Amino acid sequence: MPTDSIQYKYKPSNLAESEPNKFKEENLRSEEMIINLGPQHPSTHGVLRLEVLMDGEIIKDVVPHVGYLHRCFEKHAENLPYNQVIPFVDRMDYVAAMNSEHVYAMGVERMLGIADQIPKRVEYIRVLMAELNRIASHFIAIGTYGMDIGAFTPFFWVMRDREHILRLLEWASGARLLYNYIWIGGLFYDLPVGFEDRCSEFIKYIKPKLSELEKLLIENDIFIKRTANVGVLPLNLAINYGVTGPMLRASGLRFDLRKVDGYSVYPELEFTIPIGEGRKGTVGDCWDRTWVRMQEIHESVKIIEQCLVALQGEHKRTKEFNPQAMVPKKIRPQAQDFYIRGESPKGELGFFFRADGKTDVPFRCKGRSCCFSNLSVLPEISRGVLVADLIAIIGSIDMVMGEVDR
Amino acid sequence: MSDYSKTKSSMPDFSQLFDHVNRISPDATTDEKSSPKAILIPAQDLLKVCADLHQSPDTYFDMLSCLTGIDNGVQANTMDVVYNLYSIPFNTHLMLRVLLPRENPVVDSVTSIWRTADWHEREAFDFLGIKFTGHPDLRRILLPADWEGFPLRKDYHHQEYYRNIKVEY
Repeated sequence: MPTDSIQYKYKPSNLAESEPNKFKEENLRSEEMIINLGPQHPSTHGVLRLEVLMDGEIIKDVVPHVGYLHRCFEKHAENLPYNQVIPFVDRMDYVAAMNSEHVYAMGVERMLGIADQIPKRVEYIRVLMAELNRIASHFIAIGTYGMDIGAFTPFFWVMRDREHILRLLEWASGARLLYNYIWIGGLFYDLPVGFEDRCSEFIKYIKPKLSELEKLLIENDIFIKRTANVGVLPLNLAINYGVTGPMLRASGLRFDLRKVDGYSVYPELEFTIPIGEGRKGTVGDCWDRTWVRMQEIHESVKIIEQCLVALQGEHKRTKEFNPQAMVPKKIRPQAQDFYIRGESPKGELGFFFRADGKTDVPFRCKGRSCCFSNLSVLPEISRGVLVADLIAIIGSIDMVMGEVDR
Repeated sequence: MSDYSKTKSSMPDFSQLFDHVNRISPDATTDEKSSPKAILIPAQDLLKVCADLHQSPDTYFDMLSCLTGIDNGVQANTMDVVYNLYSIPFNTHLMLRVLLPRENPVVDSVTSIWRTADWHEREAFDFLGIKFTGHPDLRRILLPADWEGFPLRKDYHHQEYYRNIKVEY
């Protein structure tokens, strides 16, 4: 609606009123200063604002200010039927939307009690999509991390390779980023004809590229010097802070929900869980986190290969197969509280539902975001480091602000 | 942090967990409909129960997966806080639920036990106005500090203007 009136009135006090600093200038010691980092800075991976208390070049404390990308996911979810929430779930972690959809759909299916009736082919396609998306997400994590600390080339390499994944996903779902492909009880469409072959070609293409990337970035001396022994996250601290995913595994715990919970068809697939070993420094440092992500890409490649075998053999495409056959016409779970979790590329993605049993709309739907918890550990691991190392630590957390702020 | 290999042997089932909680909080009740199964405890016992579940070698709930605040509406006039605990060595889930009055929702903070609760409690405060006593830094987290009202309350009406910007457009 066009309007003549001024929409936003600038006042110098606006920031202090809407997002006040935690530290007050009058309480600082004479050698201390507050530096503001973000929210519009490329190295903060979106719109993260950090209030950094510094003593010279040394960081004394970091206060993350989040919420700049808040889009009221939970409020929307309380006003929409279960199936219509899926596009909003996509927008939480927008670089790994398939994984979020997978967890959400699985949760609602279990609440409805139809989780064991989902056709195997549907489950294999879901896992295939989720793992493709996991590779894309880890590519972003590794590429942008390299860029944060000064390596430009790997970013272009991973974007080039990620493009192949996005085109595959676009071919299947019609969208490059926000898919709405995995539905409650099934899928939007079956795989397009020829998808399996194209996907095998991609796997053949990507394998040598991975070792190239590893040699260029992960094993690079400058990269190791910037990341090894930086931002060490001890295991007990990680667990206490609810840190999950590659970050927790880099701290040395073999904990992956795909194995622990064994949901979907993951128990039928063979893959290993890489953990941080402290090869270049200490267990749980920034290098370990990146290395774990790199190894996870290799494991995802293995999973995709097995899915493709299954989708071309035992569960191959038939004329009768209808991916929407089990999609319920009416989604009304019984009154209950329900918590579901799954392994998204960044960690444990959970959804807490309260169904009232009377409507098709969740009474409460909370997204337990992995990046939210992972980011909350940032002040703990960045005290006493230099500013340049803070940038290295932020990048190694691999958060997507869309999921932190929901 | 204790050695994981030692504690792997016996996994407590729900009735054992409930007995365990019941010894500390005699008024605790169960809700077996929810998944994972829930134990309802009075708000004043929360901190005791959580500290014990976290420390006791039989339970060892070392991870707080999720903390959810729920407004049950004007008619019920109550609020819930739901804690989803997980024990990594035992691979066991537990849901704890606390019922609070809607006029004055106050509950002890569990930040001293699981520090991940810090941001989760701030979020519950931000959206529902639940106050957590003993929280080190209870500020709004996702909404601006000068936002009016608590959006996830069932009787919430958003403000008309925020800094001269129409909220509903």
